[in-house]
Amino acid sequence: MLPNDALAQLKFRDPVRARALRDALERLVSRADHAPVSVMHVCGSHEQAIAKFGLRAAFPADLRVIMGPGCPVCVTDVPEVDEAVALAKQGVRIASYGDMLRVPGTSQSLADAKADGAHVDVVYSVTQAVDLARDTDEELVFFASGFETTAVATAAVLVDDPPDNFSVLSAHKYIPPVMEIVAEMPETKIEGFLAAGHAATITGSAVFEKFVERHRLPVVVAGFEPLDVLAGLVRLLELINAGEAKVENAYPRCVTREGNAHAQELLWRVFRPTGGRWRGIAHVPNGNLRLRDEFARYDTRKRFTIDASALWSYAPPKLVQQCQCGDIMAGIASPSDCSLFGKECTPDTPVGACMVSAEGTCRIWHQYGGHPDLSSMKRGVA
Amino acid sequence: MTRNARLIDERITLKYGTGGGAMRALIEQIFAKGLGDLGEGNVGLAAMDDGAAIRLGDRYLVITTDSHVVQPIVFPGGDIGTLAVAGTVNDLAMMGATEPLALTCAAIVEDGFSRETLKGIWKSIRTCCEEAGTTIVTGDTKVMGHGELDGLVLNTTGVGITDRIVTDAGLEPGDQILVTGTMGDHGLAIMATRNELALETELVSDVAPINTMVRRALEVGGDGIVALKDPTRGGLSSALHEMAEKSGVGIVIDEPSIPLRDEVRAVGELLGIDPLVSANEGKAVFGVRPESAAGVLDAIRSHPLGRMAAIVGQCVAERPGFVVLDTGFGSRLLSEAEGELLPRIC
Repeated sequence: MLPNDALAQLKFRDPVRARALRDALERLVSRADHAPVSVMHVCGSHEQAIAKFGLRAAFPADLRVIMGPGCPVCVTDVPEVDEAVALAKQGVRIASYGDMLRVPGTSQSLADAKADGAHVDVVYSVTQAVDLARDTDEELVFFASGFETTAVATAAVLVDDPPDNFSVLSAHKYIPPVMEIVAEMPETKIEGFLAAGHAATITGSAVFEKFVERHRLPVVVAGFEPLDVLAGLVRLLELINAGEAKVENAYPRCVTREGNAHAQELLWRVFRPTGGRWRGIAHVPNGNLRLRDEFARYDTRKRFTIDASALWSYAPPKLVQQCQCGDIMAGIASPSDCSLFGKECTPDTPVGACMVSAEGTCRIWHQYGGHPDLSSMKRGVA
Repeated sequence: MTRNARLIDERITLKYGTGGGAMRALIEQIFAKGLGDLGEGNVGLAAMDDGAAIRLGDRYLVITTDSHVVQPIVFPGGDIGTLAVAGTVNDLAMMGATEPLALTCAAIVEDGFSRETLKGIWKSIRTCCEEAGTTIVTGDTKVMGHGELDGLVLNTTGVGITDRIVTDAGLEPGDQILVTGTMGDHGLAIMATRNELALETELVSDVAPINTMVRRALEVGGDGIVALKDPTRGGLSSALHEMAEKSGVGIVIDEPSIPLRDEVRAVGELLGIDPLVSANEGKAVFGVRPESAAGVLDAIRSHPLGRMAAIVGQCVAERPGFVVLDTGFGSRLLSEAEGELLPRIC
């Protein structure tokens, strides 16, 4: 067997079927009664798939596929980072995911605090943070980020009797409410949403039904292989052209209408939704997940007095003022619209949060070669 | 080279050693400044090729040097000794000198290093020299204090003679790009041994001297072979970027044609490392005139180390200096490795 036959056997990476879907997409966009057609996805993994497989260069010219606020690290707001940095500088040991270390706060990131001598550990999972707590008597704070998928993992740990010196500083976010915000932004003109398949394995596709009713916009749940993304877009365009506002599940091999009931029960037993700012986006009602009172003893915010005021006597440097992360996450601008992208702002020296996280739009575009406008190139060699 | 206009930071960090644009900037702005000009008809430092070529009558003396700091020192498929010999032999071959006259080897050993490990490494060196048809004729030994270096550092220098120099810079639109086998094996084999995830894989480094394979290709291809490069640090991506930049052409690569081992693909996905930016130590990238491509491909495939060789792309006039990846689904620019993705792989 030639090595690439194995790839061809991966059903969801079949270029021939991709071409058929691409042609379907082209037909659907040309049949729309207006141009361009704008749709949004809200997931870093979708942007990864689109960038890695070069799909953007293959999309019809009149189809705009915008990445919305789909990176939990990027939307972690400055005051949340400040809380973690202030605690770290107070001498409290912090554990968090690697991406979170470089997210800028008002004057410092956790990485800066670490360079100044604070005790900050990178972990790959919440259970690893609990293990760290078990190995020590000192307080260990897990600075928790992520959407409902990772929030469930945090919840699972908290109901399982973690050690007394363990607590959670939650910056977890909940995706469905922010879709309402973005849908109402007049400048985005979104006509439909591609919803994240992995989050929907937990929430179920039904979670979007009320949204569809309220906003009369179609939502298609899609997976992350190139064929998943293309098939999801085809279905979304069909719904847009037909004027049908409904939820469709284009990822049935993983997602059901009801979702994972056990995970949902865990999520809502431990967390309550509350309003809060998402960096660069807006105040999002019910967009933040905070610990319920029953879990107060594991709630860092209840356990410590956090004073971040020392971090605030500070004017942001000029570069930060030019950063367009907010507009990029709201889908109004592309990374290539930002004058810093790939020049002053790179993964080595990120200016905004979108260049920090592996799920950030700018980081993904940079990783896969920058602006994907290859229309002047001849296609294919074989 | 306008793309390396970036300035060197005040401190030299690991990113300057990863074989990408940062390292090229360091060489251009510091190491090569005011040095290495051999005059017309020779290849000096400024060319930043795999080695230098000095004209002697109607032939060329090719000379190249390489230091090796790989960690772990012994890895699946080889050790630092194999790497030191194969690396230098291959760099000579990439200039067209496929019959290495002789090598030198300097060793810097850490206080406390195991005698048995050292003997094992020198056994690899002997075997690899035999395979390449060369030997080590002089050397140097230093021992440094415990903790002053990590185990063992080897430097090898090689010399060879050739009638015709093959550079990185000879590509023209229409030329075919050929790789001699699967990509990314060495880098991912090393990463898999090191990563905290403690992967159990059967990944093996491809480290090997490929001078006999290159000789066979040059015999068949002759002047039809216009560019030659070994995709070591920075992988296929860096090699293609250098060739595209120096030749002033664009390169379009057909991703599905690139030979990849399933294990490499799987570990790459798991670690988030693209096999195309991962190092190879027993492979070459050829630029071949279209009419010679089929013959050269057959010649390489007839060699035991070239069985998986494939034509993976072609040069175009558009977008000089850029490498475009046709993924089979769409296309994007191929990016180079940045940062300290893979320190100490060779």
